[in-house]
Amino acid sequence: MKNKRALFAVPYVGWMALFVVAPIVMVVLYAFTAASGGFTLENFARIGGYAVVFTRSFQLALIATVICLLIGYPVAYMISREGPRFQRVAMMLVMLPMWMNFLLRTYSWMSILENTGLLNRFFSAIGLFSLINRLFGVQLEYFPMINTQGAVVLGMVYNYLPFMILPIYSVIEKLDSSLLEAARDLGANSLGVFRKVILPLSLPGVLSGVTMVFVPSVSTFAISKLLGGSNELLLGDLIEQYFVGTSYNPYLGSAVALVMMVIVVVCMAVMNRFGEGEEQAVML
Amino acid sequence: MSKELIRLADCCMAFDGELVLDHINLYFNDSEFLTLLGPSGCGKTTTLRIIGGFITPTSGEVLFDGVRMNDIPPNLRQVNTVFQRYALFPHLNVFENVAFGLRIPKTEGGRKVKIPEAEIRRRVLEMLEVVSLKGFEQRRINELSGGQQQRVAIARALVNRPKVLLLDEPLGALDLRLRKDMQNELKRIQQQLGITFIYVTHDQEEALAMSDTIVVMDQGKIQQIGTPEDVYNEPKNAFVADFIGESNILDGVMHEDYVVEFFNRKFKCLDKGFSPMEPVDVVIRPEDIDIVPKEAGQLRGTVTSVTFKGVHYDTIVDFKGFKWLIQTTDYHPEGETIGIVLNPDDIHIMHKSQYSGLFGDYSSYSEEYEEMDDASLGGEGGDEE
Repeated sequence: MKNKRALFAVPYVGWMALFVVAPIVMVVLYAFTAASGGFTLENFARIGGYAVVFTRSFQLALIATVICLLIGYPVAYMISREGPRFQRVAMMLVMLPMWMNFLLRTYSWMSILENTGLLNRFFSAIGLFSLINRLFGVQLEYFPMINTQGAVVLGMVYNYLPFMILPIYSVIEKLDSSLLEAARDLGANSLGVFRKVILPLSLPGVLSGVTMVFVPSVSTFAISKLLGGSNELLLGDLIEQYFVGTSYNPYLGSAVALVMMVIVVVCMAVMNRFGEGEEQAVML
Repeated sequence: MSKELIRLADCCMAFDGELVLDHINLYFNDSEFLTLLGPSGCGKTTTLRIIGGFITPTSGEVLFDGVRMNDIPPNLRQVNTVFQRYALFPHLNVFENVAFGLRIPKTEGGRKVKIPEAEIRRRVLEMLEVVSLKGFEQRRINELSGGQQQRVAIARALVNRPKVLLLDEPLGALDLRLRKDMQNELKRIQQQLGITFIYVTHDQEEALAMSDTIVVMDQGKIQQIGTPEDVYNEPKNAFVADFIGESNILDGVMHEDYVVEFFNRKFKCLDKGFSPMEPVDVVIRPEDIDIVPKEAGQLRGTVTSVTFKGVHYDTIVDFKGFKWLIQTTDYHPEGETIGIVLNPDDIHIMHKSQYSGLFGDYSSYSEEYEEMDDASLGGEGGDEE
């Protein structure tokens, strides 16, 4: 009986082995292989030169994650407090952008942020630049927005915000309302109910939201390429260059990918640990 | 002697235009164990939630010590609640669940006062001892059995020293054995602490066993208020008679004080104050009926079914088409013709009410049993919202 049911898992296990485990093994092998073949650690030694890219990637991903959390949590909380019909409509609106192609969404931000883009044309039309120029005696024709770190972070927040809202919303929405009543009954005001019951119980949602925003942000290459230009190279761009770009070097690319993966995994482990610790701290 | 703590004055509650509470007038005394008893949807939980502050009555007043409380939120009321399914905080251990209310700063004279940690500790441990959960402080909630969770919920509410504890079918989710134990436990705690318990249940046995006062409710109205003995022995109408215990309810006519006629025969009774020839409902409890040889009986009937119940036999007897339930320790086989004798104090007379004719005939006895089972199964689900 049990073995029979295990059969159902075979397709998935096969898929996993073929397309998840095998590639990871290949990346690990490549990372330790020299261009001439044969074992080497040199790939890792060369990574040091890209410390700036590593730092920038993690920094921008972190900023984007924090902003997503700051925007996403209140939104998720507010939606979950409303009636069921409002909740359905609101969640559909949250998901709506995701039905549009990812690249298309990012391209449209390009045309908004460009020097001659929508925003700058709007500012110009309302006479903002001539006002500033008159006041400060400068020659400003546009705000430089495209090809900045800000634009990259904006792109990350815009694209990944739903992944923050969704898990937090679903956790809060499922909270037993009698727990909130109990907290009230025991003397907690609205803030107390939130701080002592809703927040700690929604932590699992926050953790998965943070993971789901941080991981794709750290490894993105399309967003940085389109909105960050060539100045704001991220890890994803670096890896892409080594695999399909001009400086083809899958061995070095694998090393970069491996190091990034290890750092991400360590980050997540620490955070999950921290999350559990938080729960325990509340308990003690 | 006993001081009035809470009063509901002419309270009505409507949800979406549907009247759930219909002009409720009720007061609760100091140190009283009061039970709101009634079937699902009778308004008992709604009444409790109004006192707790979770809902505001559509009309009428909620008074605590004579002060209007209608718009005061639950966190500012001196009552605590034990919820139907405990509502314990899953992210906190037993100690922290109980300490929850104590850790919230209280405003006294415009200043926020925090209870010192040592006192919190002392009071939590003391309360865990009261509910027999000493040594469980560090346990997680999901490691506890239903009965233990129940005790934590009670301790968590009582540790705040409320003047009144509200209990919403707190034993509904426990099995029979545990329920009996917890009944005694609750009664003991109530007497030990000397505070008012307002207890909601649909289980009449539970209500009879624990209460000082029972308020029987149906269809959003109070049907009767009294001691357990009162509501059992002197039910006010056919609904109360049927809901509390088993009853044979027959149509009768009150000829004069102390004389009632039913089945074309006059019986002596202890009731008076009815109009002459007033049609009435007559209640006879199954355990009050004496079976005698058919020659010696005031009435004569045929046994149609016998069920062994452990302590007694449930014997259904057909009297001219009207079936009575008689509970007796003597065995009378199906088909036997028997006589019965009714003493004056076995006969209870009630005015006719909207419930007349709805209950009390045991022609469909087995179906009624099934219905009762359904009710007690469905009653668990907080069906009153």
